[in-house]
Amino acid sequence: MTDAATLQGQAADVIVIGGGIVGAACADELASQGLHVLVLDCQRPAATAAGMGHLVVLDHSAAELALGEYSVKAWRELAPQMPDDCAMRTNGTLWLACNEEEMEEAERKHAALSEYGLACELLSGAELARAEPSLRSGLLGALKVSGDGILYAPNAARWLLQRQSSRVVLRQAEVAEVQGNRVRLATGEWLQAPAVVLASGIYARELCPDLPLQAKKGHLLITDRYPAQITHTLVELGYVTSAHKGNGPSVAFNVQQRPTGQLFIGSSRQFDNHDPQVDAAMLGRMLRRAMDFLPGLGEMNGLRSWTGFRSASPDGQPLIGEHPHQPGLWLAVGHEGLGVTTATGTARLLAAQMLRTRPPLDVEPYLPQRFIGARAHA
Amino acid sequence: MSMSMSMTEHVDLLIIGAGPAGMAAALAAAPHGPSIALLDDNPLPGGQIWRDGPNAQVPKQAQDMRTQLQGFSNVRLHSGCKVVALAGAKRLLLEDDERGWVLSYDRLILCTGARERLLPFPGWTLPGVTGAGGLQALIKGGLAVADERIVIAGTGPLLLASSATAQKHGAEVVRVAEQAPLSAVAGFAAGLWRWPNKAIQAITLASAAYRTSAHVLAALGTDRLEGVRVQVGDKVEELACERLACGFSLVPNTEIARALGCTLRDQAIVVDEWQATGLADHYAAGECTGFGGSELALVEGRIAGLVAVGDRNKARGLWAERQRWQGFADRLNKAFSLNPALKHLAAPDTLVCRCEDVRYADLAAHDSWTGAKLATRCGMGACQGRICATAAQTLFGWEPPLLRPPFSPARISTLACLDDI
Ligand SMILES: Cc1cc2nc3c(=O)[nH]c(=O)nc-3n(C[C@H](O)[C@H](O)[C@H](O)COP(=O)(O)OP(=O)(O)OC[C@H]3O[C@@H](n4cnc5c(N)ncnc54)[C@H](O)[C@@H]3O)c2cc1C
Ligand SMILES: Cc1cc2nc3c(=O)[nH]c(=O)nc-3n(C[C@H](O)[C@H](O)[C@H](O)COP(=O)(O)OP(=O)(O)OC[C@H]3O[C@@H](n4cnc5c(N)ncnc54)[C@H](O)[C@@H]3O)c2cc1C
Repeated sequence: MTDAATLQGQAADVIVIGGGIVGAACADELASQGLHVLVLDCQRPAATAAGMGHLVVLDHSAAELALGEYSVKAWRELAPQMPDDCAMRTNGTLWLACNEEEMEEAERKHAALSEYGLACELLSGAELARAEPSLRSGLLGALKVSGDGILYAPNAARWLLQRQSSRVVLRQAEVAEVQGNRVRLATGEWLQAPAVVLASGIYARELCPDLPLQAKKGHLLITDRYPAQITHTLVELGYVTSAHKGNGPSVAFNVQQRPTGQLFIGSSRQFDNHDPQVDAAMLGRMLRRAMDFLPGLGEMNGLRSWTGFRSASPDGQPLIGEHPHQPGLWLAVGHEGLGVTTATGTARLLAAQMLRTRPPLDVEPYLPQRFIGARAHA
Repeated sequence: MSMSMSMTEHVDLLIIGAGPAGMAAALAAAPHGPSIALLDDNPLPGGQIWRDGPNAQVPKQAQDMRTQLQGFSNVRLHSGCKVVALAGAKRLLLEDDERGWVLSYDRLILCTGARERLLPFPGWTLPGVTGAGGLQALIKGGLAVADERIVIAGTGPLLLASSATAQKHGAEVVRVAEQAPLSAVAGFAAGLWRWPNKAIQAITLASAAYRTSAHVLAALGTDRLEGVRVQVGDKVEELACERLACGFSLVPNTEIARALGCTLRDQAIVVDEWQATGLADHYAAGECTGFGGSELALVEGRIAGLVAVGDRNKARGLWAERQRWQGFADRLNKAFSLNPALKHLAAPDTLVCRCEDVRYADLAAHDSWTGAKLATRCGMGACQGRICATAAQTLFGWEPPLLRPPFSPARISTLACLDDI
């Protein structure tokens, strides 16, 4: 768009608010397209620091499947360049079925993902027991999705912010106000650029109150280091069939083993709870559930637990695109429990819209217009 | 309805910490008949000063207190037991070797004591380097130090206590480096004889090894400690030794108090004249309310125990004694206040967080504990920041984080007891 000399009065080609995984991926993608990007971040507790970093393709809707599949593939393509501390691995997901209903869900999912071209495979109870001997006996089976992976999101975000250092500048600053393509910092200073990207996660509503985002609190716990217990990321299918449905607090089994040998255990969901403290009862329920699947966990030591907030839109899909009423303000928000996964896809959909290039996917299902209404002067 | 409900137990009075303060509190409250649980993470009651072990000689006073405690059928001692989490109002999740369970209480006395402050300096992570009190504990626990050359550095009377223990077990203490200036220490010297009791007489201020205005600069060696570089006044000396024990005074253990919501000042739990914290039915006594030595801890514990069972008259009768020991403690704290130069011992590549290998320079680039933790993972290891967050508080003035459950590593099966609180 511009070179440094013509940046007169402009802080950069693009200002990105938020240096979490989504802001970092957007900055990196825009820089790859030759733009100069200024990332503003004030180091508040962020979902990226809390999240599990499970790269997983979900299929509650066609839009979720499309963005997830595209994004995980993009992560796999980045993997060879990623430094070791990003702990990126393609270890696959096992979706566990405890009963007939869940086995049917596994079969449905198998059909849907296969049709979309994903490598996946149904395992019988016996095959599952061989694949993951630490699981309790008596599970009906599982769906294995081979292309899913895991990474350590805080380091991946840092890497994305640093690797094109000639075009991505990270500045520690708190944004207090946004007006289209202008931002006011907490210090009172105004900055502007041809485009401003709002990627401040759960805090986005502070700067843009008309965003339809709701916080969903989650708990996580990490254990001490242990010899290999599991190889895949293990998730219960109850996650889709029952446990996380509806609006009440819920828990579902979700465990991965980090390269350090530590088991990383999730997950819980609570709406309308903005207290970052660990809720002892939720933690207890989540761990009881995890022990139901991995009985050996009981004797292992839990080291730390913490919480994080997912930023959920009404239909569960992110908002990616220009704000209908604020020209120059671009949104990359509402990634719910999947923003580490979908950061790469989000960045490319955003950049394609901004630079008017051909998007890799139909952008329609992710446009902010579906909630914020038609563009005022379209 | 669930398993965890049936595992909940109840006591009238819970005392956390079985050091001098906690034992005294239990003994003062016990004759009134309430059910009392006295819990401590060590295998035997006694706390820091009366720490037991194969090489320890626990004084008669401590042995008597233990015997008396055993005489009360309403006192239940939970040794090797730790507090894992808050489990709702007046309920705590506990764990020992055998089980995890929820204990509910009507009144609580925090007697959690203090721990050593460890500050990073070049080489402090070499094998052979320990805390000053840490060395003492190791020796009491059976570590043989005969004929080893030992340097002890840091501040406060604990250096002398540690030195006395090392000498008694045959070590050669080649240097005791006290950071406080002679003027401050000498002004206090008369009182020092009372702390910590007789043990200290083995080494005196006149001892050839003792230096004031002296502090460690670096621990030397490649795979293990070979020597120590010490600043003594304006001179630098290097001493060959097998061990270095460093303690930069004590910091109160206030993690549980903070989690409960008690007010802190100067890193210690704030209590009123009844040893009551601002939280109804929650009391605190001993070194978790500020550094003061075992005599102060004992009398505070007695007051707290009496108040917790409603005997304020008898408690009031102990105020004068407490006042006397408090005056002594105040002078002690003044004499050994930390020289700000000690905050600058670490080199850029000195590890501050040993669990996650975080260097001083990595931390210094940040302006808060949270920011530093997000970027470096410091405090995310097994000690959960107890060492590095305490050091960072001293070095950078950063507020340490509020502990989250589990307060210390605990079995998943224990934590799962929280599922129905
Ligand atoms: C418990 C839990 C488990 C999860 N598990 C997974 C998982 O397994 N897989 C997966 O894909 N996703 C997971 N997620 C979701 C994922 O973590 C998030 O969707 C993702 O991290 C969102 O990234 P972000 O960059 O949008 O927001 P954040 O990571 O929240 O980043 C926002 C950034 O904006 C900055 N900021 C905020 N306000 C301002 C301001 N005013 N000025 C300047 N800067 C500001 C903050 O400092 C922060 O750095 C999980 C989330 C939670 C809570
Ligand atoms: C390392 C060290 C060595 C010391 N050596 C001497 C010495 O030789 N001579 C001397 O006069 N003074 C010594 N002191 C000072 C001594 O601590 C006090 O004089 C006195 O012991 C204070 O008594 P207290 O009951 O307040 O605390 P402490 O004696 O510290 O007792 C507190 C007890 O509570 C336990 N505890 C704390 N938190 C928990 C928890 N969450 N769950 C379960 N248990 C818990 C601790 O393990 C400890 O046993 C030493 C202090 C330290 C830190």
